[in-house]
Amino acid sequence: MVKEIERTGIPVVHMCTVVPISLTVGANRIVPTIAIPHPLGNPSLDPIDEKKLRRKLIEKALKALETEVVDQTVFED
Amino acid sequence: MSKIRVVHYINQFFAGIGGEEKADTKPELREGIVGPGMALKAAFKEEAEVVATVICGDSYFNENLEEAKAVVLDMVKKYDPDLFIAGPAFNAGRYGVACGTISKAVQDELGIPVVTAMYPENPGVDLFKKDVYIVQTGNSAATMRKAIPVLSKLALKLGKKEEIGSPSEEGYISRGVRKNIFREERGSKRAVDMLIQKLKGEEFVTEYPMPNFDHVTPGKAVEDVSKIKIALVTSGGIVPKGNPDHIESSSASKYGKYSIEEFDDLTHETHETAHGGYDPVYANANADRVLPVDVLRDFEKEGKIGKLHKYFYTTVGNGTSVANAKKFAAQYAKELIADGVKAVILTST
Repeated sequence: MVKEIERTGIPVVHMCTVVPISLTVGANRIVPTIAIPHPLGNPSLDPIDEKKLRRKLIEKALKALETEVVDQTVFED
Repeated sequence: MSKIRVVHYINQFFAGIGGEEKADTKPELREGIVGPGMALKAAFKEEAEVVATVICGDSYFNENLEEAKAVVLDMVKKYDPDLFIAGPAFNAGRYGVACGTISKAVQDELGIPVVTAMYPENPGVDLFKKDVYIVQTGNSAATMRKAIPVLSKLALKLGKKEEIGSPSEEGYISRGVRKNIFREERGSKRAVDMLIQKLKGEEFVTEYPMPNFDHVTPGKAVEDVSKIKIALVTSGGIVPKGNPDHIESSSASKYGKYSIEEFDDLTHETHETAHGGYDPVYANANADRVLPVDVLRDFEKEGKIGKLHKYFYTTVGNGTSVANAKKFAAQYAKELIADGVKAVILTST
């Protein structure tokens, strides 16, 4: 799906936990996430901290969208 | 000759520990046979013996790749086997990645022959087909009976250090290895024969299938996200509560398009996941953990992003065929463009 959308020219940031899979399917901008059943959350945190964590991840994704890439890029911290 | 000693790797599901709710099971070692090892034993007759089975939850393995790999390697080493078998993983993505990862590690670091088995669309295939023998299976465990004879036959050959034939003879997925062989007819004759068959519209088998490189050029970066419309897409199966379009929990045949215009936050009362390939408890309690509408809505208010697109697109990425996923995205990508969306955040579980 990432590739089919990106084929149109729209940049896509793929947020997922298993980065090797994202690399094989051909995502170009990848932001690693927390865990498979809750990529953008962590149920062991209290709701306020959990939302902060989610904000941080999305900020990273937005930054990835503003970053020019020529090849597959994993946006670590 | 003494029996070939085999260590077998399986996931929590095939070990009978549990489904997705147990996918975080840590690696454990059990003497002898567990689950599908029984079928292997029957196929091995007296030639080989499964001396131990290593079990690990699929999510645990994938979320803790390095650690899980090290622990499982230690467990395998203890038994000093002649052969290592992982799976079959069929079309279970995380299981396939785990089988491939650990097989490659056992082969490279312990110097033991390895074999695994999975469906050609399993992501583990593309990651590891060059490194290890992967027997081709059907897409579900219903094909176990067909898979075991092929897997056990290749396994015995590897265990006995016999010469391994071509992928089509042995039933494994091509590793891209080329071998020089002698043919009855010379190349020019074979090429012309093939051309004539093609012109006649007859079936022919190429001697050199072209690899399928399908890289897509990265979309141009957005200059300023605070000025554009961003859309959310997910393969994590988030749907309005009740799953109105009945998106399948695996092997999805459709996608959904749903309005989020009226939502600032997804809750257990409004949204849930239809995905059958991960433990749904956390997403059902708060779907923002998969589809982060709450934060994007905040960012919209704070002016960090221009606008959150009023629809999100969703499907279940669980055993869903590549062909279907491509078709879905090709369809809705057109709508995204028509609606003026300039960037997409796609989340996966």
